[in-house]
Amino acid sequence: MTAWMGWIPALPLFSSLVLLLLGGRMSARLVTLLGVGSVLGAALLSALLIAGFVSAGSTAVSVMLQPWFSSAGLTIAFGFYFDGLSAVMIGVITGVGSLIHLYSAAYMAGDEGYARFFGYLNLFVGAMLLLVLADDFLLLYLGWEGVGLCSFLLIGFWYREPANGYAARKAFVVTRIGDIALAAALLIMIQQFGTLHIQTVIERAQLEWVATDWPFWVALLLLGGAVGKSAQLPLQTWLPDAMAGPTPVSALIHAATMVTAGVYLIARTQGIFLLAPRIMELVALVGALTLFLAACSALVQHDLKRVLAYSTISQIGYMFFALGAGAFSAAIFHLMTHAFFKALLFLAAGQVILSLHHEQDLRRMGGLLHRLPFSALCFAIGCAALAALPLTSGFYSKDAILLQAYGLHGGSLAWWLALTGAGITALYSLRLFLKLFFGEVVTEPRPDMRPTLVVPLALLCLLALLGALIPQPLGAVFAPLAATEVPAAVHGAILIMPWLGLVTGALLWRYGRGLRQRWNDSALARGWRAGWGFDALYDGLLVRPLLLLARLNRKDLADQPVQFVAWLSGCAHAWLSITQNGRLRRYAAGIAMGAVLVLMVVTL
Amino acid sequence: MQLLFYLSALIALLAAWRVIRGVNAVHALLYLIVTLLAIALMFFMLGAPFAAALEVIIYAGAIMVLMVFVIMMLNQGDSAVGQERAWLSGRIWRGPALLCAVLLAQLGYLLLPAALASGDAAAVDAVAVGRALYGPYMLLVELASMLLLAALVGAWHLTRALKHRPREEG
Amino acid sequence: MESPGLVIPVEHGLLFAAVLFCIGLAGVLTRRNLLFVLMSLELMLNAVAFVFVLAGAVHGNADGQVMFVLILTLAAAEVAIALALVVQLYRRRRSLDIDSLDGMRG
Repeated sequence: MTAWMGWIPALPLFSSLVLLLLGGRMSARLVTLLGVGSVLGAALLSALLIAGFVSAGSTAVSVMLQPWFSSAGLTIAFGFYFDGLSAVMIGVITGVGSLIHLYSAAYMAGDEGYARFFGYLNLFVGAMLLLVLADDFLLLYLGWEGVGLCSFLLIGFWYREPANGYAARKAFVVTRIGDIALAAALLIMIQQFGTLHIQTVIERAQLEWVATDWPFWVALLLLGGAVGKSAQLPLQTWLPDAMAGPTPVSALIHAATMVTAGVYLIARTQGIFLLAPRIMELVALVGALTLFLAACSALVQHDLKRVLAYSTISQIGYMFFALGAGAFSAAIFHLMTHAFFKALLFLAAGQVILSLHHEQDLRRMGGLLHRLPFSALCFAIGCAALAALPLTSGFYSKDAILLQAYGLHGGSLAWWLALTGAGITALYSLRLFLKLFFGEVVTEPRPDMRPTLVVPLALLCLLALLGALIPQPLGAVFAPLAATEVPAAVHGAILIMPWLGLVTGALLWRYGRGLRQRWNDSALARGWRAGWGFDALYDGLLVRPLLLLARLNRKDLADQPVQFVAWLSGCAHAWLSITQNGRLRRYAAGIAMGAVLVLMVVTL
Repeated sequence: MQLLFYLSALIALLAAWRVIRGVNAVHALLYLIVTLLAIALMFFMLGAPFAAALEVIIYAGAIMVLMVFVIMMLNQGDSAVGQERAWLSGRIWRGPALLCAVLLAQLGYLLLPAALASGDAAAVDAVAVGRALYGPYMLLVELASMLLLAALVGAWHLTRALKHRPREEG
Repeated sequence: MESPGLVIPVEHGLLFAAVLFCIGLAGVLTRRNLLFVLMSLELMLNAVAFVFVLAGAVHGNADGQVMFVLILTLAAAEVAIALALVVQLYRRRRSLDIDSLDGMRG
């Protein structure tokens, strides 16, 4: 079973190599076959692997494939570690990823960068698989950076629009801040333990770091990496702009890859985090704050995809909150269900956008219920799961998070924020659904029902509804939680909260037209729409001073010595090029003169 | 014998002088052949009959005939002679002449007191040269044949008529 | 084969070669006509070849003449290529003036 584990990341990586090198000369059919087939193949292999893993009793397996390099006492190997957490992750990545690939084949049909798109997409999946299978922090970091690179390439996929390039750069630079924190954490590990083997590091940390400050700093740095990649406070600003990419890319970034990397990282290194209780609290607080702020922002967005983007930030916030509270398995559970319904929502949004001639503004949508009934069904299921209504997958996972968090820490501030967030989530889900499918028809749609669009959506509908039934082999990964009694009132509040949001939304929709109008124009709503002004804050705090500094130092002082060298060699060149007059006889005379000089040296 | 040697050396140098001062290419070429013949005679007197024969057959014969062909093909005529005469003005001579005189002086200074022993001097006939060529110098013979082949290909390539290349501005 | 030794002192032979070489060099440096430059080059080659043969005679072995044969080969190759260039030059410029070929000036 373990022998062909390497093929799971290798298949998409190899296919991306072929597509990027030769894609321009291949027919669209071949590109589709290769691009979708490689990820489907990886999904099949993953399914076999997971089945074998579960039937073998869910014991973790470590596979050393190849030594990578060895230098100054640090030995790095290409090795894979496969346990329940990796199993869930590769299941989500390849499963949801292959559905998204299938959908992309229809969505991107006819685009001039078709092969390039699939090349990047495959690279993305391959890098993510490398990340979650890695046995070594450096290999994980390789996948981590690969994911960052692919997000840059894909967000800026339509590179002729300057705005897309800006969004891509922003995503790259902002996540880079987190990456540096992660790199610093890795350096500390090397310095302390002389190895980057994940399991060894965690084991030794638990033995040697118990009474030291190291867990605090390492966990803080790891958290820094995680918040960058997962778009949590304070590095969340890149994700809404990442909507510049094609819609399947958004689905891939938000559901299967990229943003879940941070959650995975914290879950993988829980052994270190558990040594630093203060950081665990910080994780929970970051998650809760993020989910609350992002939910408020999602409430007032006008752009369909930005609503979904903020909802992703918010849902990842839930996962962070759960991780911080210690409810690791609930976090991973939510990661999986979120992947299902968020992929569903994004792909359905893509279908709506295609049908509406690439219209994304919610204000120019409406009344699509009878015109796009299938999209309406998808959105209904997706929004219900997002709002955590009973009988959907989202219900079970969010319920688990809130219950377990309460059981572990009681009603802390973070918990109350998360509970309130659940209500707001239901409210914005309803708003999105109503804005899209009720009200007056603004733009007449041209339904797009190609089977490659419909089949992945239908499968994702099923998963979003029933995904909670998929068992997760996480028992051996995370320590089981002590069963705690949760008051019935709390349980009731958790159950009632989404309905509260729904009822409020329905009432506002039915009766509060004037109120909504005034609210939309209020300063608070404008602030929320701009993501609580974080962009403006960072712009004023970091970007502008930096630009000012750059402008002041336009004639770089440090460059002057270098430029002097350039000037000097320029002069020497001008002087020497006089001799290069192209006259054959002068050259011959030069040779003769050289002979005379040499002989003169010999004679004297 | 000795006198003959000095005489041929004198003839060779005079003819060489006429080569580099000549204005008519055909005349210059004939003077060059005279130089080569004189050198061939000197080879013979140095006890190198094989080299002398090659000098006459290949140098004075084949190579010079090649040059004659080219000169005749170009067919420059009288205008070229006038141009040559104009190019051979006095001023152009000073620098090169000075340079060559210095070089000659240096060579003479270095060579004259050499006083090489010539006791074991002996005539080397064609048999000895052939044994050397196809014995220890086998590889050089092969290399020389490669060189000739390359020259053949190169000359053929260079003299092809221009068909696809644009004509350079004059 | 028995030999009475060289007919002249070695230095005189060397001097002859040096003078011939310098005459050839002067020709290369002064002539603007490519044909004359080639002839001057032949003079220089002959001077060198003469030194080889002379040295072979002085030491009484065949190496000098072997080198002469190689120089002969070289001269043949050189003349073939150079005459090809002459023909091509004349075809393009209607002139054999090498000073007009200064397209490579820096």
